Amino acid sequence: MAADGGMHAEHGPRFAERAPDALNNPQLRRNFRRAMDGLMAKRAAQFPDPAYWAELRERGAAVKARALAKLPDLLERLESRLTANGVQVHWAETTEEANAIVLGILQQAGARTVIKGKSMVSEEMHLNAHLERHGIEAVESDLGEYIIQLAGETPSHIVMPCIHKNKDEISDLFAEKIPGLERTGDVDELTAAARRVLRERFANADAGISGVNFAVAETGTLVLIENEGNGRLSTTLPPLHIAVTGIEKVVEYLDDIPPLLALLPRSATGQPITTYVNMISGPRKAGEKDGPTAVHLVLLDAGRSRVYQDVELADTLRCIRCAACMNHCPVYTRVGGHTYNAIYPGPIGKILTPQLQGLDAAGDQPHASTLCNACAEVCPVKIPIPDLLVRLRREAVRPTETPATHLPPLYSTVVKDGGAERSWTESLVWAGWRLVYTRPLLYRMVTRALAWGGNWVPADAPLMRDWTKARAKPRFKPRTLHDLARERGYLNEVPK
Amino acid sequence: MTTTNLAATNTAAAARPAARPDTVYFFGTCLVDMLYPEAGLAGMDLLRHAGVHVVFPEGQSCCGQPARNSGYVEEAREVARAQLDAFPSDIPIVVPSGSCAGMMKTHYAHLFEGDPDQPRAIAFAARIHELTAFFVNVLGVKLADKGAPVTVTWHPSCHSLREMGVSEEPKALLRQLANVTLVENKRERECCGFGGTFAVRQAAVSTAMVSDKLASVRETGAGTLLSGDCGCLMNIGGHAEKAGDGIRCRHIAEFLMERCHGG
Ligand code: SF4
Repeated sequence: MAADGGMHAEHGPRFAERAPDALNNPQLRRNFRRAMDGLMAKRAAQFPDPAYWAELRERGAAVKARALAKLPDLLERLESRLTANGVQVHWAETTEEANAIVLGILQQAGARTVIKGKSMVSEEMHLNAHLERHGIEAVESDLGEYIIQLAGETPSHIVMPCIHKNKDEISDLFAEKIPGLERTGDVDELTAAARRVLRERFANADAGISGVNFAVAETGTLVLIENEGNGRLSTTLPPLHIAVTGIEKVVEYLDDIPPLLALLPRSATGQPITTYVNMISGPRKAGEKDGPTAVHLVLLDAGRSRVYQDVELADTLRCIRCAACMNHCPVYTRVGGHTYNAIYPGPIGKILTPQLQGLDAAGDQPHASTLCNACAEVCPVKIPIPDLLVRLRREAVRPTETPATHLPPLYSTVVKDGGAERSWTESLVWAGWRLVYTRPLLYRMVTRALAWGGNWVPADAPLMRDWTKARAKPRFKPRTLHDLARERGYLNEVPK
Repeated sequence: MTTTNLAATNTAAAARPAARPDTVYFFGTCLVDMLYPEAGLAGMDLLRHAGVHVVFPEGQSCCGQPARNSGYVEEAREVARAQLDAFPSDIPIVVPSGSCAGMMKTHYAHLFEGDPDQPRAIAFAARIHELTAFFVNVLGVKLADKGAPVTVTWHPSCHSLREMGVSEEPKALLRQLANVTLVENKRERECCGFGGTFAVRQAAVSTAMVSDKLASVRETGAGTLLSGDCGCLMNIGGHAEKAGDGIRCRHIAEFLMERCHGG
């Protein structure tokens, strides 16, 4: 077996190595368990009728699948509509390029302070750090993001970034970091304190940066949903608005939005709809009293077009980032988001990270799953996550080569760093397994041998040791079912 | 990309034979074969008591899931192909495991994509039935309890729930038994943390999951945990045994056989 517990020198400890830290932190375990239980119950209450749910998610999946099928075309249409609306569109192949574009826009505008709405793509870019290195201060305005920014942490969840923290931890943090604030355990007071700080930032920010939930090609509309109003403020108050998003966020028609809106907040937080649904179609027009005077959209690839090339893996790009998969994941619930050591944790992260960052960096992630299917059961766009996990496990040991028809061949393997987890011992084990399990006689000989001597394997043998740490050793029975069936007179063939 | 290729979310509707079959195949599964043969035998005996002839082809071995789940898809396909050969007649194939049944029913079509045997694999998949669902939905069995009063709780495997769409059937069987009290555990639908090689590769997470599962079983006060999947039983039962807390973990077939036909 590949050494999942081993260190990959370049990438630090792997999932299995990181997990015990979280598992041994009872407070963290309680925080996640309570939060995920609540989210699951709220989501379930939103979809009481299984037939309605099935139909709605079918529509959601179809909308995204259609958009992806026409992706290059829709992106062009999006660009031309947005341009016509007065939005400047930028293309970034890598996160470095995206950072450079954003920085360039800000520098040109002479912006020194930025107020940010929540955006996972900006996390992917490590945008805040980049801006800070160039003397631009970016303040997160989503309460959760604000909290983790104060704490110097990264999001542990894609919708609720500070879900790993409880109220007491936040009280301590605020008392320490917000000047003049007495420690308080009162949630309203804490929220008010954050609001006071952020209001001032909103008023003085030179630019606002936000993400995008859906970009409509037909009309050139950027749809952004949120609950705190900070997204609206970030995108309307400062004179400059820069939206950053992945290329997979485009949908074809405005009519495609209602089913997605019916799915996203309900799947995410169990809300029928978010408090704010922002539909941004361009900068302030002549005669209008508010809104930014310039709006930019940065469309980021960062590995997505590579994902797009494989017909099966491309389903990954349907994701609308609702987080239902992680809310329902029994592994995520136990270890929390930071254990994944990636921007996108949980089931979606386990399929996305290895594809964006490569199997060398994240080839162990697809194995951090029991394939229990809880994620696939709730995914509003029907991404077959467990099947994709299996596919990536395969790509890690036996990569699909890029078809030679690609001229020039862009990559040698379909998934970045395909084959990174190859292990001779493991492939030998499976070759032997295949040999035995395809030859009935040999199979019966081997199973008999195990029935006779299998129990002599010591409890501390390699692999067995990992099992027996928490469980009794499995016991081979003296006679196999093959033996018992024959003894009891069951036929081997259907009588003619 | 398609929205139809969604094997993972398919809860395979039982392909019901029009009439009650008089002969079925039994696919024992490799785990049952070596570690829980008494559960397999009980499943076959129950079918026999229900008036069905049972054929146990000796050429059978494994559904191929362990290799597939490890990414060794070709190896899985060859082992799967051996099963296609071992069950040639067009009669139902009954499986005492929701997970192995799920592998065959929901993944064989994809496993054989581009392979000349794909049509055969699809036809084979359509004949797969999970044991408890077969009793309830196809045979409509009526059970008469002869055992002493006992309290049990139920653990469904993830694949039986979410691939085979079997959730109420086993509990309906248990509720037929007059002296059996079924107390559902709070985390019934949550994975026990087995996941094949996951239990070893991610030993710490797996342990956390199985101990939570056992805690929710303990909370029911039931002395017996029943399941239709031996992978889960090996995991939860092994953990209970190691913890020394006396909860018996058994395959439902064995339990039903003992209660209704004295073993
Ligand atoms: S994979 Fe599905 S469930 Fe998970 S975040 Fe994306 S859309 Fe939501």
